[in-house]
Amino acid sequence: MQRDGNRNVTGQERVKVAALVSVGRHPVTGRPRRAEYDARAVEIGLSLATGGNLHLAHAGECSPESEAALRAYLGMGIAGVDVLQQPAGADIVPALEAWLRELGPRLVLCGARGETGEASGLVPFLLAERLGWSLVCGLAAVESVDGDSMIVLQALPRGQRRRLKVRLPAVVTVDAAAQPARQSAFGPARRGGLQRLDTPVTPDGDAQSWTTAPARKRPKRLKIVKATSARDRFKAAAAKAEGGGGQVLTGVSAQAGAEAILKLLREEGVLR
Amino acid sequence: MLDVVLPVLVLGALALALLGALRRIGLWRQGRPSPVSVLGGLAAMPRRYLVDLHDVVARDKVFANTHVATGGGFVAAAVLLILVHGFQLESRVLSWALIAASVVMFAGALRVAARRRNPPVRLSRGPWMRLPKSLFAFASGVFLVTLPTAGVVPASFGGWALAGVLTLVVAWGIAEMFLGMTWGGPMKHAFAGALHLAFHRRPERFGGGRSTGLKPLDLGNPEAPLGVGKPADFTWNQLLGFDACVQCGRCEAMCPAFAAGQPLNPKKLIQDMVVGMAGGTDAAYAGSPYPGKPVGEHGGDAHSAIVLRGGHEGGRALVDAETLWSCTTCRACVEECPMMIEHVDAIVDMRRHLTMEHGNTPNKGREVLENLATTDNPGGFDPASRMNWAADLDLPLMSARGSADVLLWMGDGAFDMRNQRTLRALVKILRAAKVDFAVLGNEELDSGDVARRLGDEATFQALAARNAATLAKYRFREIVTCDPHSFHVLKNEYGAFGASYTVSHHSTFISSLMEKGRLALGEWTGGRVTYHDPCYLGRYNGEYEAPRKALKGIGIKVVDMERSGFRSRCCGGGGGAPITDIPGKRRIPDMRMEEINATKADVVAVGCPQCTAMLEGVVGPRPEVLDIAELVAAQLVAAPAAAQRAKKDVAEEVAA
Ligand code: SF4
Ligand code: SF4
Repeated sequence: MQRDGNRNVTGQERVKVAALVSVGRHPVTGRPRRAEYDARAVEIGLSLATGGNLHLAHAGECSPESEAALRAYLGMGIAGVDVLQQPAGADIVPALEAWLRELGPRLVLCGARGETGEASGLVPFLLAERLGWSLVCGLAAVESVDGDSMIVLQALPRGQRRRLKVRLPAVVTVDAAAQPARQSAFGPARRGGLQRLDTPVTPDGDAQSWTTAPARKRPKRLKIVKATSARDRFKAAAAKAEGGGGQVLTGVSAQAGAEAILKLLREEGVLR
Repeated sequence: MLDVVLPVLVLGALALALLGALRRIGLWRQGRPSPVSVLGGLAAMPRRYLVDLHDVVARDKVFANTHVATGGGFVAAAVLLILVHGFQLESRVLSWALIAASVVMFAGALRVAARRRNPPVRLSRGPWMRLPKSLFAFASGVFLVTLPTAGVVPASFGGWALAGVLTLVVAWGIAEMFLGMTWGGPMKHAFAGALHLAFHRRPERFGGGRSTGLKPLDLGNPEAPLGVGKPADFTWNQLLGFDACVQCGRCEAMCPAFAAGQPLNPKKLIQDMVVGMAGGTDAAYAGSPYPGKPVGEHGGDAHSAIVLRGGHEGGRALVDAETLWSCTTCRACVEECPMMIEHVDAIVDMRRHLTMEHGNTPNKGREVLENLATTDNPGGFDPASRMNWAADLDLPLMSARGSADVLLWMGDGAFDMRNQRTLRALVKILRAAKVDFAVLGNEELDSGDVARRLGDEATFQALAARNAATLAKYRFREIVTCDPHSFHVLKNEYGAFGASYTVSHHSTFISSLMEKGRLALGEWTGGRVTYHDPCYLGRYNGEYEAPRKALKGIGIKVVDMERSGFRSRCCGGGGGAPITDIPGKRRIPDMRMEEINATKADVVAVGCPQCTAMLEGVVGPRPEVLDIAELVAAQLVAAPAAAQRAKKDVAEEVAA
């Protein structure tokens, strides 16, 4: 019953870590809560940076309802969250970028996607691009951190893991593969501080021209398995999606490799 | 010589004892304030001792008599000793009375010694083993030194040598009895116990009353501690209560978690709190340990943490978290404790700190508490599906009706397929009796019982406030529920938030319907039936009769288990225990099922969704588990003569 979540990762001395948190939404009741993936990101942050080296930021509105949700992060044992006040319809990326530049963390942890708003999952990518930092998505665990790099486990489909050495500073995204977040406790949640910061607001030009509508459930194609035995059915259910027609390039020049990738992207219609 | 030595001895010991008392009081006052009526409490103390405490002690007849002789003899002897030998009052009458008191005490001490010869395991050993000898020393010493004063033997009898020996014997007795009372020792229970009775935190318990609802935390005040993290966070009278423990182990013998080999022993827990209050380690503890946890490895003091944060390898504080999470809050220990110590309050106080400060509720705790906060039920079900079980029943909703005689509180069992059968049976009974009832439907929320027992007072208070606000919108005469946990919380714990209702358990309501002749019932023709008293109905609310009456109403003669009524053993389902799920050697429901099996019953009647779930979870072959509502509903007769009569009664009632 004793949790080992707070086991400290080797070599984490004084790494400055930032975690970006948002206000989540409960899937059944729609009530505000700490966002599941963001909370997992904070959990990783707590295992990396004990004490005052973990900094949390939330960009968005700070209404009474969202305050309760943000306090749920504080309840994990965190002293404060910087709230970058941004109205609805603002592009939060510039504000977060400015905050990160000023803070200068070695590692930025983000949930893979939010539970409200656009929830496109693009913020970490945009931030990494603007800051010129490395990006790793689907982080399962951080194994070790030293001055300039860290070793992490990245989650791949079907429970596979890939060990990566990542140059710091880096932005990482965290999803269901990471360890669940610890319980949020009332006492620290009540004591922790929400520091409201006035930050420049950049209107989100693109989003203003969009029309939004509630999502509809799309019909799903049924996978018809013609299996005669339980073993076949199990194999069909557990089988990997067959890529087929793939091509493994080894020992080619960077130029040839890049051309092959471009060709594939054109064929698939990703690039036109 | 004796008339020189004795006054010094007696008065000196008295002075030292007084000093010890001041020190002891200082230890208690490390606790937080708790308002009590000092004079009222002291005035009520003798009655509380003679009536309430002895009612509990008298469950063990032999020992009760032993205690009356020893304790009564001692109190009389001590007072007379101070008068006759301390202040040298020359009175034959007093001297003879003192001799008589010492003889009575001696007789008692003989019985104490007999019990200590082969003591039951629940009793602590250690210093307690020397107590009979000390009692002998006191009684016989006082007897002998009083013979000259009573004029039986000349004052010079025996000479210096004998006087010296007697002085030593009396000194031993006085040291144990007077100094031990306040400096620590078995006799401490007399001093602390008397004051504990006077300043009890739940004075309502005396004089046949009942006080079982947990005390609310003041969440509005950010300075108030969230539960108990260190011994000094207890209120002073809780600390005083711990000090009153006589280590009789009656609580230990009743505790289901202890019996199941989970790491909890209520007696040891109380002793650990004494260790924490005074500072030190538990090495001197001489009773049964927490199962699986050796004695001597834990310790602490009044101002350090009781449970280590994170509870990691190697580090130990006063108690381990899993000890606190093993408790089912069944109150068997409280019910049995002759010193009226409140174990459950203490355990929940410490759990509050673990949940609300450490954020460390074990196993499914986190999930359940999050579900309660986000979906208002522990299972995380869609709150809009609370009424799905009754989709075909067309139940009247309070929101549509505004008022009804009876508000049927469904409880979270509404989400559980097994309990839905009970609910349906209950609805059938209510309809057969033409009861005017309605339900809250999806407006109902979890009562907050589990959140509160898991130490999450914030979630409990939030649920309580919202439920109370909903209930305040409607008019009803009483709430009826088939869930004793909701029953207890609505009846005894919402009151602190200004919401009080008349609440009945469904068994009470059904038996009153039977009494009024509003149910036409056939006779039970099945096999033997035993009944399992739910803790939250029985010990928490004193309802032992109604369920038996309801069963009698359908012709069932209940074959009671050995542990039944106020001594019923918990099914293991209370206090969030199935959620925190601390491993032991056995499972509590398995032990209970063994007791059920011992009655050779074919059916075990229950009155609680938790009990149903726990007992049905026991592997067969085992008796069938049926709720009282199901048993009664199965006997409803379509419309025989009796029903006609019942109808007429109803008509008359309506007319009246
Ligand atoms: S707590 Fe009560 S029942 Fe338990 S050992 Fe102490 S006095 Fe006896
Ligand atoms: S309430 Fe029940 S489980 Fe808890 S300590 Fe007392 S007897 Fe044991």
